[in-house]
Amino acid sequence: MTYIDFLLQNIHHVYIGIILICTASAIVGCFTFLRKRALLGDTIAHASLPGVCIGFIISGTKHPVYITLGAFSTGLLSAYLVDYIVNKSKLKSDVALGIVLSIGFSVGILLLTSIQHSNNAAQSGLDGFIFGKVASLLQSDVMIMAGIAIAVIVITILFMKEFVLISFDPSFAKSIGLPYEKIEFLLTAITVLTIVIGIQTIGVVLMAALLITPSAIARFWTDRLSKMIFIAIVASIFCGIMGAYLSSQIPNLPTGPSIVMFLSIVALLSFVFSPNKGIVYKYLLKAKNNQKILEENILKTIYQLGEANKRFDAYFTKKDILEKKIFQNFQLNKGLKQLKNKGYLIQSDESWKLSKEGKIKGQRITRLHRLWEIYLTQFLHLSPDHVHDDAETIEHLITPEIEDKLTELLGYPKVDPHQMEIPYKD
Amino acid sequence: MQPLYIIILGSLIASCCALLGCFLLLRKMTMLGDAIAHAVLPGIVISYIVSGERDHTAMLIGATVAGLLTTFSIEFLSKKIKLQQDAATGVMFTGFFAIGVILISLFANKIDLDQDCVLYGEIGYLGLYNDAFIPIEIWRMLIILGLIITFIVLGYRQLLMTTFDLAFASSVGIMGALWQYLLMGFVSLTTVASFESVGSILVVSFLIIPPAAAYLITHSLQRMLIYACLIGIIGAISGYYLAVFLDSAIAAAMSVACGVELILIFIYVKLWKERVLSKAVY
Repeated sequence: MTYIDFLLQNIHHVYIGIILICTASAIVGCFTFLRKRALLGDTIAHASLPGVCIGFIISGTKHPVYITLGAFSTGLLSAYLVDYIVNKSKLKSDVALGIVLSIGFSVGILLLTSIQHSNNAAQSGLDGFIFGKVASLLQSDVMIMAGIAIAVIVITILFMKEFVLISFDPSFAKSIGLPYEKIEFLLTAITVLTIVIGIQTIGVVLMAALLITPSAIARFWTDRLSKMIFIAIVASIFCGIMGAYLSSQIPNLPTGPSIVMFLSIVALLSFVFSPNKGIVYKYLLKAKNNQKILEENILKTIYQLGEANKRFDAYFTKKDILEKKIFQNFQLNKGLKQLKNKGYLIQSDESWKLSKEGKIKGQRITRLHRLWEIYLTQFLHLSPDHVHDDAETIEHLITPEIEDKLTELLGYPKVDPHQMEIPYKD
Repeated sequence: MQPLYIIILGSLIASCCALLGCFLLLRKMTMLGDAIAHAVLPGIVISYIVSGERDHTAMLIGATVAGLLTTFSIEFLSKKIKLQQDAATGVMFTGFFAIGVILISLFANKIDLDQDCVLYGEIGYLGLYNDAFIPIEIWRMLIILGLIITFIVLGYRQLLMTTFDLAFASSVGIMGALWQYLLMGFVSLTTVASFESVGSILVVSFLIIPPAAAYLITHSLQRMLIYACLIGIIGAISGYYLAVFLDSAIAAAMSVACGVELILIFIYVKLWKERVLSKAVY
């Protein structure tokens, strides 16, 4: 077998390993995310390092079975220690997580450096667990990892319904007689298993990212759990392969951090651009809303000016408008221009009047404002001089259906608390 | 002299971290401290690369900026776009740390930092490279400890109020966000100053464990601050001898020693409580 063949085979099974690990950790990660235990993954990952060392010390080899077993036992222990500390002392869960994480990891480093200084030749490469060591994975390692990953995936599929239940509504799960402790143990156990195989690729320090980031990404694209798990898997596998590929192309680029970097980039893009939840979408929504409020306020003001002059076809200047209600100059200019383009205002030189549609709209806002003032004084018994500000906000939110109900409830009143006439539709 | 220097430096770092850690614990921001301790890495590495040498001023600035950026982005993610806090923390600090490790690996020939040093530092080499009577690291840590004590003494009232009753603090005109960022700034500053010597593990351990242990045995903030310092210092001293005994990383041993102290205190509190309870029964 030539070197190239060896390399090809090596790369091949490395990718299979990464795909399986990314899938398992994405699935398990969605549940830890939903149970708000994202940082527990970080703690378990750090606390499995002493297990790796103990497994090595006891067996004297780096055989993956011993290492995995050792890491699994201390990982599981750490998960229960966190619960124990929270239940048995006044320390809160974030502190408990931090304590177990830092003590566990320090014990791990203590044992690791102690082993390294003992001049045992078999130990070389043990520190690969800290930052991961994808490239040096052997086929036998990958076989074991793949077996565990597949087991995790199968268990999750079999117990999907129970896991969903205890993640979303633990008390309901208990009340319908589900063996809550057993299911929770199973979920914790597969989480620890996933982390244990994950740390061999990506390292204990960054393992948390493989659990948390895909589910955080997926959460931004959907509200359905099934879709969330699917998106998390896709994102995780994509980043896993990209990261591994990039690190095989650029010398010195470590695989674990490179995968995490891709995950972070995808996460940032999701946070910014995802529909409904992303920053851009929220910003646009807010801007649109502000625009609507500005336009409605201008129309209302011009309508009320017309009302005061008893002439709705009169032209008003910016000065007239500003005397009635305060606007920032540039916003007023912007609003007037847009209202003209939309056909609500008619401009002549430096003054404006309402078009037919504009009058209807300005009238409606005025009406809503006054109806709400009446509602507040009648039903909440607020004094008339306290209701203006509240009405100023609510007038932009009331829908035609609420308006009908409100009018009916108030019995078609003629005037508002300030004795201003309520303008009904003609 | 060297063991003495190591113990002194360890104790100084322990005191700095323990003082800040108390406030983090009470504000339920312990994991944020952990996140910052990891996330300052890219700041340190970038200032290394830009300045081309171990320029401490550049490093301090770089790391403090990175630390504040982490705090800010976690706040932003959890408050503005409603990602749950734990996930926001996890996503941000792993991302920052990954970038730091990647930069270290890519520029390995330009900077004399390596991945191991990031984790457990090189406190064992303290003072080996220069002839000063008292190593520069000790002076630096001493200054930072002075700054932290000044900060806590001068801002005690504000820190207390923003920690325990943010609503009341803001009603009397104390800016919660300002004090939060000042605190985080100090956490970043301490992290970076102790980074080379003890790496990120020990900083995290000192930030978390001594305050937690002190929290178990007292209800008064002032006592908690003092106890936390003492626990940290005892941990630093006994940890050094543990490391010598086991021939292992000094920083990790100090952290384990603190852990042992915490366990002892935990057991003591449990037993004491049981005794009080059994007395109350009879």
